[in-house]
Parts: sequence; C-alpha cells; structure tokens
Amino acid sequence: METTPFILPFTIGLLFISCFLVIIIGIWISSLSRIDKSRIIHSILTKKSWFAIREIVMESLLHRKIFRKNPVLGYMHMSLAFGWFLLIVVGHIEACNHYQTFSVPAYMAIFMRYFVTEPSTTLSGKILSASMDLLLLFVLSGVVLAYYKRANSRLFGMKKTTQLKLGDRIALISLWLIFPLRFLAESVSAGIHHNGSIISHPTGELLASIFPVHSFEMPLWWAYSGALGLFFFALPVSRYMHIPVEVVLIFLRNYGIKVQKRIGGYSRIQVYSCSRCGICLDSCQMSHAAIKDTQSVYILKHIRNKNLTDEKLFNCLLCGRCQPDCPVGLELNNLRITQRIESTKEYNSSYEYLKNGKIAVSPQTEVIYFAGCMTHLTPAIIKSVKEIFAVAGVKYWFMDEEKTACCGRPLMQVGQYEAAKKLIEHNRMQILSSGVKKIVVSCPICYKVFNEDYALPGIRVMHHSEYLLELMADKRLPINKLPLRVVYHDPCELGRGSSIYHQPRLLLDEYVELIPIKNEKKTALCCGGSLANIKIQMNERNQIRDTALDEYLAYQPDLLATACPLCKKTFTKSNKLPIHDIAEIVYMAILNKMDIEINISTQIEKANADKNLRF
Amino acid sequence: MKHIVIIGGGIAGIETACALTDAGHWVTVIEKDSQLGGKLNNWSYLFPDFTPTEKITVELQAKCRDKDFSILTSTEISTILRKDGKFNIETSSDQKLEADAVVVATGYELFDAHRKEEYGYKIYDHVITSADLEELLKPGGDLTVAAGKYPKRIAFVHCVGSRDEKSGNHYCSKVCCITGVKQAIELKMRLPDAEIFCFYMDLRMYGKHFEELYREAQEKYDIQFIRGRLSEASEKIDKSLLIKSEDTLSGRPLKMNVDLMVLLVGMEAGKGTANAAKACGIGCEESGFLKTTDTFLKSNFSEQEGIFLAGSCTAPMSVNDTILHARSAAMEVKHWLSKR
Repeated sequence: METTPFILPFTIGLLFISCFLVIIIGIWISSLSRIDKSRIIHSILTKKSWFAIREIVMESLLHRKIFRKNPVLGYMHMSLAFGWFLLIVVGHIEACNHYQTFSVPAYMAIFMRYFVTEPSTTLSGKILSASMDLLLLFVLSGVVLAYYKRANSRLFGMKKTTQLKLGDRIALISLWLIFPLRFLAESVSAGIHHNGSIISHPTGELLASIFPVHSFEMPLWWAYSGALGLFFFALPVSRYMHIPVEVVLIFLRNYGIKVQKRIGGYSRIQVYSCSRCGICLDSCQMSHAAIKDTQSVYILKHIRNKNLTDEKLFNCLLCGRCQPDCPVGLELNNLRITQRIESTKEYNSSYEYLKNGKIAVSPQTEVIYFAGCMTHLTPAIIKSVKEIFAVAGVKYWFMDEEKTACCGRPLMQVGQYEAAKKLIEHNRMQILSSGVKKIVVSCPICYKVFNEDYALPGIRVMHHSEYLLELMADKRLPINKLPLRVVYHDPCELGRGSSIYHQPRLLLDEYVELIPIKNEKKTALCCGGSLANIKIQMNERNQIRDTALDEYLAYQPDLLATACPLCKKTFTKSNKLPIHDIAEIVYMAILNKMDIEINISTQIEKANADKNLRF
Repeated sequence: MKHIVIIGGGIAGIETACALTDAGHWVTVIEKDSQLGGKLNNWSYLFPDFTPTEKITVELQAKCRDKDFSILTSTEISTILRKDGKFNIETSSDQKLEADAVVVATGYELFDAHRKEEYGYKIYDHVITSADLEELLKPGGDLTVAAGKYPKRIAFVHCVGSRDEKSGNHYCSKVCCITGVKQAIELKMRLPDAEIFCFYMDLRMYGKHFEELYREAQEKYDIQFIRGRLSEASEKIDKSLLIKSEDTLSGRPLKMNVDLMVLLVGMEAGKGTANAAKACGIGCEESGFLKTTDTFLKSNFSEQEGIFLAGSCTAPMSVNDTILHARSAAMEVKHWLSKR
C-alpha cells in the first residue's frame, strides 16, 4: 500500500493514545475492589452489556440528556460526537470497499482522499463518498456552533461556561482545526484530481480556479495530520479524556459498580469522565451567595490536577441539585464525600464513652420513633407527632427522647466516616435489640443514613410523612381539609437524597390545598441551612435562603410546608412566611376537625337535653 | 411658633415633647397605640433599685397633662414629604400636618421567642419570656405551674435573640442581663424555697449599681449563675422541662430538670421603626436600628436634615438612657431651629 510522511503525526499520536488508554484504564480496573471485579466478570456476557452499549449510543453519541436541556447545545454535541464517530466508521467502510480488503490501516481510511486520485466509479463507492461529504458537513456545523458558543454561551441555555487551562486549550484548538483542515485538504485534492463528491468536488473546482492549489495540497494534509496528532497527545491532559473514559464508565455503571467511601479506580474513572460542560454551574445555588468556584465541575478538575483545597471541598451544601443535570450522570455528591473522607482521615473521634447496651421495650410496641437532633431543636414537630400518634393509638418507643447518639449522617457529610460508623453501630444495636420492625424518623438527614448505612434487616425505615400517610390510608387518622394554600419545599435529603417526593404531597393533598411550583422534586431548591457545608458564612446562607423564599413568595402561599426540621429552622429565621413541618399541619387539621366534632356533639347533646326538657 | 412632630409616644417621645414644649415650641406626638407610654406600660419594676414603673408613668402622665402639646393616639404616619423647608405629614387617619422638624422616637420591639423554637416558647406550658414574667410579678400575679404548685427550680436563659448569629441578631441588647438579675431576685423574694439558675455567656453589668445587684443576687439570694448557652429543652410528662447545656467553666455537659424557664428576650428595631425609616427616607444599620450621623457628637441626628432621633430606635437602651437621649434630642432640635 502507498504511504507518505505526513501520516506520521497522526499515526504516532494514535499509537500513543491507544497505549496510554490501555495502560491507564487497566490500572483503574485492576484497582477496583474484589466484589466490583467479580461484578464485571459476572455481568460482561449478560444483557447489562447491551444496556451499556445502548446508553453509550444514546448519551455519548446522541447526547439525549443535553438535547433535553437545550436543543442547540444538544445538536452541537451530537454533531461533533455522532458525526465524528460516523466519519470514522463510514470512512473505514469506504476504504475497505475501495481496496477490496478488510485489513486497511487507520491512516489509509483517514487520508483516503489523498491516496485515491481517481473518481469513484462504482455505485457503492459514489454513495459512500457522498455520505462522507455530508457527514463532514454535519460535523462542521457543530464546530461552527462550538466557535459561537465560546463567544456567546447564552444561546445554549447556559448562563456560565467553564474556564480552560493549557491542556484544554491545546486540545480545543486542535479539535476546532481538525475538521476545517480535513475539509480544505480533501477539497484541494479533489480540485487537483478533478474527483471528490457532492460537496468536495464543487469546492475543489472552485478553489482550483482561484488558487494555485498544487502548492497548498501537502501543507494542508500535514496540518490536518498534525492537528489530529496534537489532539491525541493533548487528550490525557485535557477534559476530552472524558470521551474514551465515559465509555468505560457506562459499562461499569451498568454492571452495578458505585462510588465507594474511598478513592479508587472507579472514583478516578468518574473524575476523568467529567467533560467540564459546566451544566452543573447553572443549577448550583451557591452562586446566589456569589460563591462561584466551589461547584462540582471545579472540584473534579481540582481532583484531577491534584490542587483541591479544603476551603473549596467543604464549601458545598451537598444539596445534590447538580446531579440530575449532569449529562454524564456522575455521582457528584458521593465523589465529594469520598474526597472529604480522604481529607479528614486524621481527625476521627473514638467515641469510646458510648456504652453499647441492649434495650428492652414492651412487646406491643408498633414503631420506634427517632426524632433526631435537629428535631429536638424544633419541638413543635415532636409535639405534633406525639399528638398524632395519640390520636391514631400508635404504640411507640421514643428512642431519642432523653439521650442517644447522633444518627451519624452529619459526620458522614463532612467525611468523618470512621467516626460515624461508631455512632451507627451504637444506635443499630439498640434498634435491633428492641425487636421492633418499624422505625419512624422525623429528620430526613437521619432517614437517609438509616436507609443507606444502617444494616437493619427486616426493619422498615420510614420518614414520618410516609408513616402518617400509611396511618391515614389505614383510616387511623381523621381527614380534614384546611382552606390553606401551601407550597411544599422538598428537603434535599428526603427528595433528591432519598427519592421521597410523592408521599408528602399525597398527605398534604388531603389536609390543605397544595400549589405546584416550578422548582420542585428533582429541581427543588435547597434552604441553605445544610450541615454539610462547614465553610459558608451565615450571611451567605441567608442569601441562598432568601432567594429560595422569594421564589416561594411569588406563589402567594398562606404557608410554606416542609418535612425537615433543619429546613424549618432555616426558613423560620427570615420571618417572611409562616413555615411548618408536614406533621404540624396534619396535627393542626386534625385538631381543627376534633374541635368541630366536639362542638357538634355538644350541640347534639344540648338539643337532646332541650328535647328532654320539652317532653 | 415652630411646630415639631414626634413619631412615637413612649418615654422618649414624651420626654422630648415636654422639653421642646418648655422651650416654647408647638409639639404634636403621634402614637400608634391607644395610650401613651409605650413598652414601659408592660413593665412592673425597674432595675437596679426595683422602682415601681407606675412611679415613672404617673409622673410622665402628669407632665403630659401639665404641658400644652397635642397628642394623636391610635395614629400612624403614612407619608412625610419635604417641601419648602417644611415637612408635610399625612397620617393613617388622613390628617395633614406641617412641621418644621421631626423627631423619630419609635422605640423597639421584643424579640419574638417563637423564632428560637428549641426553647419551646408557646409549645411547652412553662416557658415564658421576661416580659411575661414581669406581668406575673405584678401584685396578685399567679406564679403557680403544673398542678397548682409553685416552681421549685427555675432557669433564666440569657441572650435569647441577642448576640446570636443564628437568630440574626449580632448585637447586645444591653438591658437583659440586669433584667435577669432583677427578676431572679424578685422571684426568689416571692418564692424563697425555689432554686434559681441563670444560664449566661457573659454578664454585662455596665450601669450604676448593676454589679452590686449581681453580687447581692449571688450572696444574699443564693442565685446560681452558670456560664453556658442552652442547647435545647424538652417537656416531660409532668410538664416540667429537661434542659441541656454545657457548664463551660467546669467544661462539662449539663442536664437539669426545671419547673419554669424564663427567656430573657432581647430588643429588635421592629416594624414601627422600619416603617418610620421608610417614610422619612433615613437609613438603618445592619441591625435594623436607625443610623446616626456621628457616634459621639451627633447621636440624635439622622441622615436627613431636620429629622432627629430619640431613644431606643437608635440602639437598645435602658429607661434611664432613653430619658437622657430624649432630652439631648430636644436640645439639638431647639438649637437647630434657632439657627434657621
């Protein structure tokens, strides 16, 4: 086969990046835990691999999630990714077809228009070269949009775009040059040899009629090959590493691998899969307090560059609002927690003073009630829950009425995982030894940790909004609709954190008039009071809170409902709107109904008494 | 004759009105309540010498009767417009007044103890504020708690809504420390068998006889002062309260059962002062209290020429400080008018 020196930059680059990727991904996969490795082995020949391939097509090539966010942004990503992918595949088929063999080296396909000086004569050859021209046009349209996006990101529905570093710049510039150079090189060659297809042919003829194209041909092909080679060499130090790594990520994720509470191969794969698209910047509420350098995209970048400071790492509410928006589906909160664990390894408390002991409760006990530390700071919630339990005749054991250890979740959020485990073990022993099969908690922070990190076989963990709904469904609670317009604020740990969106709404629907709002459920706002942020200033918290409250106030509700004592405390401070926990609202409604019933029954008694007098 | 409108008929407003009337001016006092006297009406005895509040209010009422100035009660101001060096004032009852100078004496409001939910105000039966206790300390006030018994153990909680970032108030309300000492002694005199504990961060006994009273509380009345902020309180089945704190001097966590808890609530600028600031176009500090143009020499001057400030609308103040500040406001107004 023919060859020429300008294939060298491309070929060396391709060889380099292939070796690099095989080695680095090999290292990452070999450092996975034993269980994760066996997950791969047991899943690789199942339909999970098929799901992964489908996801790769839908997300890595077609970019469906970005399409949903903004069609122009989606088109840009799709034309670049899917277009380039097809250029490679179709180009290879074209080369195979032309040379009538399957063993075509990559450079022969990539630079085919240079080597082939005759116009294609067969029908299949004509169709293939025409489609290659159209595909290149498709990719170029994406490149033009990319140029435009750098200049004006608002068109793409993004208020902010990420800052670039040197490696990214080199990769970005070479990526921007690859396709225009290819187009020019192919057109010039077509002009010289009077071949080419529907686009390259007329463009080539036009160029040949204006310029001395013979002297342009070699420099253009060299530049094209050079741009490709440069891109391959810049790839490992640029954000475009996400292109190959994301494919690995999708496979591993489909095999059921998750970010563990330690830094490992999979967490590195996640970090390298971040494309730094910056979509997470727009959903982050920290910007309401003018904090603009601690968002997930920057944290992942700093992890890669090994220059992450605690100041940035801990300046996050862990509200998780960025997660549903991430087009790559990264576990942004868990990645940050993993990093926090690494950063605070030395400070773990021993909690030696905790005395583990067994608990004996009455065998009739239906549920354990665990209010949580934050709920002890909002006693109106505890009072309401107790009163509702009394009305419904629930036999319960109030586990943390006087003293108990913390649930462990706040420690976990700040990375004190080892310390948290000791508290968890202490509480777990008490719960298990009680023999009760249901535990009701009032605080979503506790709820999440009970569900995820306490091994409680056969015990159902419920947030009080779920349990009250169950009591209502079992007709153990009276229903009474109050004439109040209510906005429901999803607590982060209960909503996005534990996917409890519907139960509180179903419950509220029975007792008040619930107003649907724009930012709810997955996109719900954070109150700003999160315990996970240990760097933020109080005035910054207040700004985040007030921005959220202003949004709620626009719906003119009579009161704001939530299902978290911390959200309640945070909002109460602002004094702009009455705020109540869902349990307080249910209790209010029940009390109101019972008052009416008592009134009616006394009236009936009175009427009867009157009758007695009359007769 | 120059006309001066005073917004607020509390002690600051009345004192300023009296002094300006004496100086030969025509004064109108606008008060939003149906009677004059402001927050003083809710208090029974004053620190540091247990003077009955009535003594002050009776004297103020006598002054109001004797001096010839107009009073508009149950009235608020709606707008103030400056025109040709005069202030055109419209009130909520559609009266139109023209004034040469305005004195803002809108006072303060008590911190709403609801906002510190962890202390259980209005959730637990026997958690009250210092203002509630003042009412109970009046002769004939019922001090019994659950089952008609007198409280055996009582806790006072200092700095509720003051010096507390979490409730949004960074400043010291100045008077609550000594109020706590005064009320603790009064309770001890009424209930000699009760044990009384005061939970504090610092005790700021800044005024004349304050420190002496604090010493007396410890030595003569056996009131115990524990340095530590209360973290939370919960109600037991017998309606007594379990409180959690830390004794920061001995460095130990502390739990205690009490029958009655008194929250020493701080001062906030309040809605009246905020509305007056808006109507007058004068600035507030971050705390919400009104800005004065100079801390030392112009503590009665607002940012607007011709609008003066008197009393606790500028900062938390005791009754004594308020009277002095009001008198100095009158002097400044008089001096300013004489120059025009």
